[in-house]
Amino acid sequence: MASIVALEQVEVDYPGRGRALGPFSFSVAPGEIVALVGPSGSGKSTALRLLAGLEAPTRGSLERDLGRGETSVVFQAPTLAPWLSAQANVALPLELSGMPKAEALAQAGAALDRVGLSNAWAARPAQLSGGMAMRVSLARALATGPKLLLLDEPFAALDEITRRTLADDVLTLWSQSRPAIVFVTHSVEEAAYMAARVVVLTKGPGRVAGEIEIPGDLPRPKAFRATAGFRQAAEDISSCLAQGSEVVS
Amino acid sequence: MRQILNTLAPLLLLGFLLSIWEITCRALGVPAYFLPPPSAVALAVAQDAPSLITAAWNTLSVALLALLLASLCAQAVAIVIALSPLLERAVRPLASVLQVTPVVAIAPLVLIWAGIDHPERAVISLAVLVAFFPIFSGAVTGLHAADPDLERLFDLYQASRIQRVLRLQLPSAVPFLLEGHKVGAGLAIIGAVVAEFAAGSGGIRGLAWRILDAGNKLQTARMLAALVVLGVMGVVLHAILNRIEQFGLRWWRGR
Repeated sequence: MASIVALEQVEVDYPGRGRALGPFSFSVAPGEIVALVGPSGSGKSTALRLLAGLEAPTRGSLERDLGRGETSVVFQAPTLAPWLSAQANVALPLELSGMPKAEALAQAGAALDRVGLSNAWAARPAQLSGGMAMRVSLARALATGPKLLLLDEPFAALDEITRRTLADDVLTLWSQSRPAIVFVTHSVEEAAYMAARVVVLTKGPGRVAGEIEIPGDLPRPKAFRATAGFRQAAEDISSCLAQGSEVVS
Repeated sequence: MRQILNTLAPLLLLGFLLSIWEITCRALGVPAYFLPPPSAVALAVAQDAPSLITAAWNTLSVALLALLLASLCAQAVAIVIALSPLLERAVRPLASVLQVTPVVAIAPLVLIWAGIDHPERAVISLAVLVAFFPIFSGAVTGLHAADPDLERLFDLYQASRIQRVLRLQLPSAVPFLLEGHKVGAGLAIIGAVVAEFAAGSGGIRGLAWRILDAGNKLQTARMLAALVVLGVMGVVLHAILNRIEQFGLRWWRGR
């Protein structure tokens, strides 16, 4: 299957900080869900910024078959504008892309409905719980109908129950429009549950330590967490992670 | 109980200090031209109330007009330089020179430029100059204070420079602008009073003129009466601006 974004032998150097990533090769096919897992400082977020087109590689090639508004990012924090309502926050990228305000707000309302926030259109970010704010952030990312959705440890600051609920919500939303999703996580279980493919990075500068295909169709039933396939996948990721952490850069 | 004590404490201290002042003046027979007792100052405030109110309004209206003009100029310049980093590097040193130059030092020059026959223009211009910097500084700092992740989202959605300024940088600057206006308003009053002094008797007949006039006639109680009104005006304006800032911040944060 042709990829919508591909990194080929990419390296990223930061002045004064040395190499953050690479050599690193990675590609994402349309509709695929991939998890990037690796130790702190392995360059996962750098890889995500490359995929988003927010940064250029120092060496190697980056090919993106994506137009304006076809990539969305959800950060670790909800990153909402405090002076705007939830609906206006979701409408913001639509308005920036030139959509008339009334249409953008209507579309934003529908996006909030899809993430279960029908009653929170007028709420300001400060009035929302952490989980609700993250849902608004998800709604904003999905409102533009992206072909590629990048999630940078989006549930890291949330409690376990909210994390699991949101993981299911992401998979349900994915099944409606099937964008490709690349998400960065520290949670082996989250990666094994949500992704079809898990790419494990070595410690920084990150290289691919291994790739694990997770069995079973997406979205997975909640009971998948109790299966032998899930446990095996989690074990494979953990062992690959442990080996990757030992790799001396 | 604690709240009542907190409110009463400054009033009790003020009453105590005024009592000491009154008793000392009477006991030592201090001449009224040197230091009149608070009762004489209170009498002067009561007797001069109509003219003091007019003078206070003259000073306040100049300060408010100056604040408005400074606000418009400072925000316009800040937005223009936010659009061009090169312009910002060019303007910053000039703005700093403006900040550190004492208003008294440039007052005679501004009086000449404004026209000897129009000292009121000079007074307003000087008050504008003094109020300009805190608002400008707040605006420039605020325009660069946007959440870096929101900046990245604007990059991702390929927002234009104008969209970035209007939809991200200006709203992010609101808390800094509110603080800048609060400081600017206080400085506008100081600027107006200093400019009135510099303009002399030909200028606006505000509180500074009242102080000068009473000083020339050795009417110290009337001088102090004008100072009392100036102090009260400053305190009331500061309290109003504090409320506006709190209200503005609550609106901005959404709680």
